[in-house]
Amino acid sequence: MSAAHSALAEQFRDMEQQREASSLGMWVFLVTEIMFFGGLFLVYTVARAMHPAAFAAASRHLDVTLGGINTAVLIVSSLTMALAVYAAQVGRRRRLMGFLALTMALGCTFLIIKGFEYADKFHHHLVPGSGFSFPGAEASPAEMFFSLYFAMTGLHALHMIIGVGLVAVLLVHAGRGRYTAEYHTPVEISGLYWHFVDIIWIFLFPLLYLIDIHH
Amino acid sequence: MSSPATAPALRRETYLNVSFGVKSWLLTTDHKRIALLYLVSITLFFFLGGFFAVLIRLHLLTPEGSLVTAETYNKLFTMHGVVMIFFFLIPSIPAVLGNFLIPLMIGAKDLAFPRLNLASWYIFNLAALFTLYTVITGGVDTGWTFYTPYSSLYSNTHVVPTIVGIFFAGFSSILTGLNFIVTIHTMRAPGMTWFRLPLFVWTHYATSLIMVLGTPVVAITLTLVAVERIFHLAIFNPALGGDPLLFQHLFWFYSHPAVYIMVLPAMGVTTELITAFARKKLFGYHFVAAASLGIAVIGFFVWAHHMFVAGLSPYAAMIFSILSYLVAIPSAVKVFNWTATLYKGSVSWATPMLYGLGFIGLFVMGGMTGLFLAALGLDVHVHDTYFVVAHFHYIMVGGAVMGYLGGLHYWWPKISGRLYPEALARFAAIVLFVGFNLTFFPQFILGYLGMPRRYHAYPPEFQVLNVLSTAGASILGVGYLLPMFYLVWSMRYGPIAGSNPWPATGLEWQTPSPPPPHNFDRTPVVTWEPYDFAGRADLQYPVPRPEPQMFQPAAHD
Repeated sequence: MSAAHSALAEQFRDMEQQREASSLGMWVFLVTEIMFFGGLFLVYTVARAMHPAAFAAASRHLDVTLGGINTAVLIVSSLTMALAVYAAQVGRRRRLMGFLALTMALGCTFLIIKGFEYADKFHHHLVPGSGFSFPGAEASPAEMFFSLYFAMTGLHALHMIIGVGLVAVLLVHAGRGRYTAEYHTPVEISGLYWHFVDIIWIFLFPLLYLIDIHH
Repeated sequence: MSSPATAPALRRETYLNVSFGVKSWLLTTDHKRIALLYLVSITLFFFLGGFFAVLIRLHLLTPEGSLVTAETYNKLFTMHGVVMIFFFLIPSIPAVLGNFLIPLMIGAKDLAFPRLNLASWYIFNLAALFTLYTVITGGVDTGWTFYTPYSSLYSNTHVVPTIVGIFFAGFSSILTGLNFIVTIHTMRAPGMTWFRLPLFVWTHYATSLIMVLGTPVVAITLTLVAVERIFHLAIFNPALGGDPLLFQHLFWFYSHPAVYIMVLPAMGVTTELITAFARKKLFGYHFVAAASLGIAVIGFFVWAHHMFVAGLSPYAAMIFSILSYLVAIPSAVKVFNWTATLYKGSVSWATPMLYGLGFIGLFVMGGMTGLFLAALGLDVHVHDTYFVVAHFHYIMVGGAVMGYLGGLHYWWPKISGRLYPEALARFAAIVLFVGFNLTFFPQFILGYLGMPRRYHAYPPEFQVLNVLSTAGASILGVGYLLPMFYLVWSMRYGPIAGSNPWPATGLEWQTPSPPPPHNFDRTPVVTWEPYDFAGRADLQYPVPRPEPQMFQPAAHD
């Protein structure tokens, strides 16, 4: 083997071992994330099974249009992220940077729309706590719905913010020519993370926004 | 000194002398140094948790409990549980011995993610600061289990900072588990196949799976408790339509497997000790490896046996009772394999072996009484009594701490390069065993007679057994202090150990003690089966001592 690649950390024998370790590390991390979100999904399931009517009524106060637009935005961002990973694999630096920038822009769009939705909930006193008010007899279960809404979408938004930060770092490194066809593991594993965060939203959207949509 | 025969050899570079100064330790990414950093952190926490235990036992000397108030007593047993479980037992063997040994045992230069390893130590200490803050400002009184709605609504103590501390400690444990899984998958030396791995590595693999799958759940659960407490939400509050049993399900989904985080690594240590000091190949290697994974998997499906009297459906209780009996099978497989390994072995009574044998006895006691508790009818009688307290201390202290101390003695020559004083160490091991049983065996009787746990006072007829227990605890305390003193002493004054003092078969014994910064002078190639004492010509008695302080590459490669 020729001289070691500059990106090879000293504990690894070769680039292949390093790539395998990084990739497996990200997969294991994503498993922990599934268990982390899984706790919330379980709480949601139990609470909704106990109070189906209140959850349906509370769900009607969410904006399906904005949620739908955000779903589309995230699906497109997954496409651009996949294209960025492909560009890195074939060593096309300018393309890689373009797709990373696009992914970042879409991620920011999602967060901005989410911000408008949150602001709307504040205006309508739908944020759990002392200021919460909800018409009808089942105010407490409705408050539980909004607690879960903010916990789940808030945790998801936090992951989006981290994801946008990761893509920004990738963009800077790509600009310095750090990624080549031989070494682009960071792009690949950040892509895994990005797709994971998207998939979480794919579950959140119907569970929170579409409970009562068939009526 | 000038004679060539006695001229000092060139100073060999080890992980201890490669660099000096506080900065070289606090910024190290060497898994061996990080293991020692963890050793310091968790030893401090062990003695902090032990201090709370001392106060508890002193308070219980008299029936009316004259040492502290009832409120303080509640805080004492809570802080004892929180500190011992989250800040000592969970990290103990994995973060110290696992961290030090896994790369050495599989022939790697380091863990897969050395910086993450250091980060996990810092996160652990950040968590420790939150916990110390809680201790200093007056403690928390919910019990280490944080049952709602008491923890989320009524307790006036520092619930939120404690939860934040546990949350961060959980992150540190997740990162350690992740690092181990990736390291064991991808960093094994050439020829180190899965079934040539030492059982210590197998048990750490199983432990890491539990850390990675279970810890996130308790993290989100305790976060919900903290959020509910701060914003007065309804999730676990029955008055507002929430479900307090849901909290117990989520909490025990982690906290029952957490027991296996504590005891599986100790089983791994015991396996190493039994084969090394019986000088015999392990009986049923594949079964012991599979049993480790079996315990990890089945251990995830027994959690509701903590909730038999909490209002669980009787059908669910039956299923969880049967599953709890099932987890005894792989545990028993291990015990039978250890005893079969001893059979016709050439058993020596070295200190680590005393701990290993002690582990087997105490683990069997703890495990069998666990079956009592998994029986639906009997559990109603002994639930929340001292029977439960004695049961889990037999597993956690008799099992996990004995394993930890046995492992610490066994690998101390590798860690420090020095031998500890053998006679004193055997004495300490026996003191520990006697003190432990005197402390906790009377608690089985107390519980069976009906003394509830977590009460600060008790009827006078229970005093004799409580005094016995406190007397045992003071003996136990001496047993814990002794190793701390003589192990520190031996770091400077102990005899030089040589690379393989026992001698044992693992790869970690083939590199000098203490190991060089990158563990092996050249990557080892493994061509032998595990624990093959008979087939390894280099391990036959008598082993010349002191050995040459150099790594000998295998002659046949």
